[in-house]
Amino acid sequence: MSLISRNIFRALVQGSQHVGKGVHTSAVNTKENVCFASQSIGTLRSPNKNQFMQPNASKEGRIKCTLIPGDGVGPELVYSVQEVFKAAGIPVDFESFFFSEVNPTLSAPLEDVVNSITRNKICIKGILATPDFSHTGELQTLNMKLRNALDLYANVVHVKSLPNVKCRHHDVDCIIIREQTEGEYSALEHESVPGVVECLKIITAAKSERIAKFAFDYAVKMGRKKVTAVHKANIMKLGDGLFLRSCEEMAKLYPRIQFEKMIVDNCTMQMVSNPNQFDVMVTPNLYGNIVDNLASGLVGGAGVVAGASYSAECAVFEQGARHIFSGAVGKNIANPTAMLLCSANLLSHVNLPTYSRMIKNAINTVLKDGKVRTKDLGGQSTTKDFTYAVIHCLS
Amino acid sequence: MSRNYIKELLKPFRESKVVDGLMRWFEPVGSGDTVGVRARTNEAPTTRSGVAQYSTGVRRVTLIPGHGIGPEITVAVQKIFEAAKVPIEWDEVDVTAVRGPDGKFGIPQKAIDSVNANKIGLKGPLMTPVGKGYRSLNLALRKEFDLYANVRPCKSLEGIKTLYDNVDVVTIRENTEGEYSGIEHEIVDGVVQSIKLITEEASKRVAEFAFQFARDNKRKKVTAVHKANIMRMSDGLFLRCCRELATKYPDIRFEERYLDTVCLNMVQDPSKFDVLVMPNLYGDIMSDMCSGLVGGLGLTPSGNIGKNGALFESVHGTAPDIAGKDMANPTALLLSAIMMLRHLQLNEHADRVQNACYTVLREGKSLTGDLGGTGKCSEYTNAIISKLN
Repeated sequence: MSLISRNIFRALVQGSQHVGKGVHTSAVNTKENVCFASQSIGTLRSPNKNQFMQPNASKEGRIKCTLIPGDGVGPELVYSVQEVFKAAGIPVDFESFFFSEVNPTLSAPLEDVVNSITRNKICIKGILATPDFSHTGELQTLNMKLRNALDLYANVVHVKSLPNVKCRHHDVDCIIIREQTEGEYSALEHESVPGVVECLKIITAAKSERIAKFAFDYAVKMGRKKVTAVHKANIMKLGDGLFLRSCEEMAKLYPRIQFEKMIVDNCTMQMVSNPNQFDVMVTPNLYGNIVDNLASGLVGGAGVVAGASYSAECAVFEQGARHIFSGAVGKNIANPTAMLLCSANLLSHVNLPTYSRMIKNAINTVLKDGKVRTKDLGGQSTTKDFTYAVIHCLS
Repeated sequence: MSRNYIKELLKPFRESKVVDGLMRWFEPVGSGDTVGVRARTNEAPTTRSGVAQYSTGVRRVTLIPGHGIGPEITVAVQKIFEAAKVPIEWDEVDVTAVRGPDGKFGIPQKAIDSVNANKIGLKGPLMTPVGKGYRSLNLALRKEFDLYANVRPCKSLEGIKTLYDNVDVVTIRENTEGEYSGIEHEIVDGVVQSIKLITEEASKRVAEFAFQFARDNKRKKVTAVHKANIMRMSDGLFLRCCRELATKYPDIRFEERYLDTVCLNMVQDPSKFDVLVMPNLYGDIMSDMCSGLVGGLGLTPSGNIGKNGALFESVHGTAPDIAGKDMANPTALLLSAIMMLRHLQLNEHADRVQNACYTVLREGKSLTGDLGGTGKCSEYTNAIISKLN
């Protein structure tokens, strides 16, 4: 059973890679047969042929990408990305949606955004603010709704020390993979009697296996050595136990990858004292959130860590540590590094590696020079200064 | 020896109901009178459970040495306290699980009686056997004494080199409910539902404790750590309780932070935080993380405060590999014991032992192996004793 599902998964992964390649080649030369190849694989994945007749490239070979500026400093950061893309002449067109929970009247409807992302397969997204309450009394946040609608089950955050960013720890390099469609974020809560609230945490075998599989596959793809499962199975014996068992089962299928398990409190303690021991980590929802933020704090904060959420179909690129940084709105002081790194990852995802490298190299050069630093890295430069410095270094 | 001496000396005094009655009779007079202010400072507030009625009395404290390295480090603490002439009498009990009348393994009745009588305890690390049928002894003790708040002060110690300086954070964790309610079931095959339980009563209780703790210890700020943007009802309830209590303590600053924000900011600048109050799971994670900042569980004290008493403990493991080799580090238990002294209002003794301990750590001569030294547990203990005066 697992063998079959594994093969199907692999076929799907390869299929999606071919689609990506097909898109790219069609972007370079618009020969009929190349397009046709990508279509035939596309039909393998879905009976709906029309959907794949037009992949996310238009006729001129430009790629369409959904853009959600988000709340807080999101719009400023996204603007910085757009500026860089414009300056570098990157063939990506943005389809912008104002999408927000704190401003429901202006927000685009969820369906439109979901449709756009399903059509384009890629999206770059600022952080959405999630208030503590909802005007309509809903328990689900907009972020959750978007994730569930697109089934963005895997959140990948690659935490890596950047050159010349002063931190306590050096050479941190770990990948945190987080399940983000169930667990504590199920939005199932009720007040049994006044003053007594029950909140359900759901863990399912199917989703645990899926994320474990994703983590090991990702580790193989990135040439990593070790996968650490983070859990609290000593207390939540059934729930986290199920997650842990799924990871253990999956580990048996990947004998070349070392498997390790760690209790979440110990994990956070190890993370602050010796983060270099970690390689790939796979976590349920809430622990992932904690570990993501903790690790981001180690390498310079929310402004420098890029992340991405994947479903089987599409990828949403967003910051690794999700903070709207509302104190900096309009002050032009936010660090666009994370967002620019996200955009670079997006470019390599749609098979435009040259552009991706170009942006990454430019960011590295600017950071190494250390002359233009935003406030969070101890400088006085503005978001714009940083953006222009990056543009200046594009080559 | 000195212990017995004090014990003999104070026994009639302590047991006489006359003195007790006299003290009670004097108390309202003292508190109402401005002249009596000095006398009152020596007095323990009677509202707090498990506190000495008068500061000179010898207190009986239940001592649970624990397993593994537990006995060694408790002996170290006992030696230091004896040398410091701390007026404490140890009532040592064993909590190795026994099979109760209901067939379940649990703590022996003798231990329960002892803690119930003394209202205060000091506990070494306990080992929970893996397997079914055993309830965690820690959990059993927690339930038995209704220990609702876990307090862990994490303070950077001079002489212990870590990457973080000036950490001075106290984490206060709700200890009885939340994610650790232990209610879980498999609805259908492959779908598990765990219930996180938040009640108004428990939330208010821990919030009140946090604010009172902040006031008693001259702290400035209490931060409620929550995730109410995701768990809007349950964490929302906890948050509401904190807000409500905050209005009753206008002298303490109150702020609310998301769990992820606290994690991120804590590793960047721990000095931003003072007292943190949070539900069970977050507290578990944050308290361990904070001890990571100051050098690990071997250096962090911990206290559990409850309605029926207080239990102070070291939270590190039993370290069976070095048990009996005189290599263990008793600092965590010693610091917990110092916390206990402060809880008993024996502040002078607490200061004295604490200063001795800090001096030894600062000098860094006879540190144990886990702190990068070569000293033995007994050498470390003697070093502290020699610094007592």
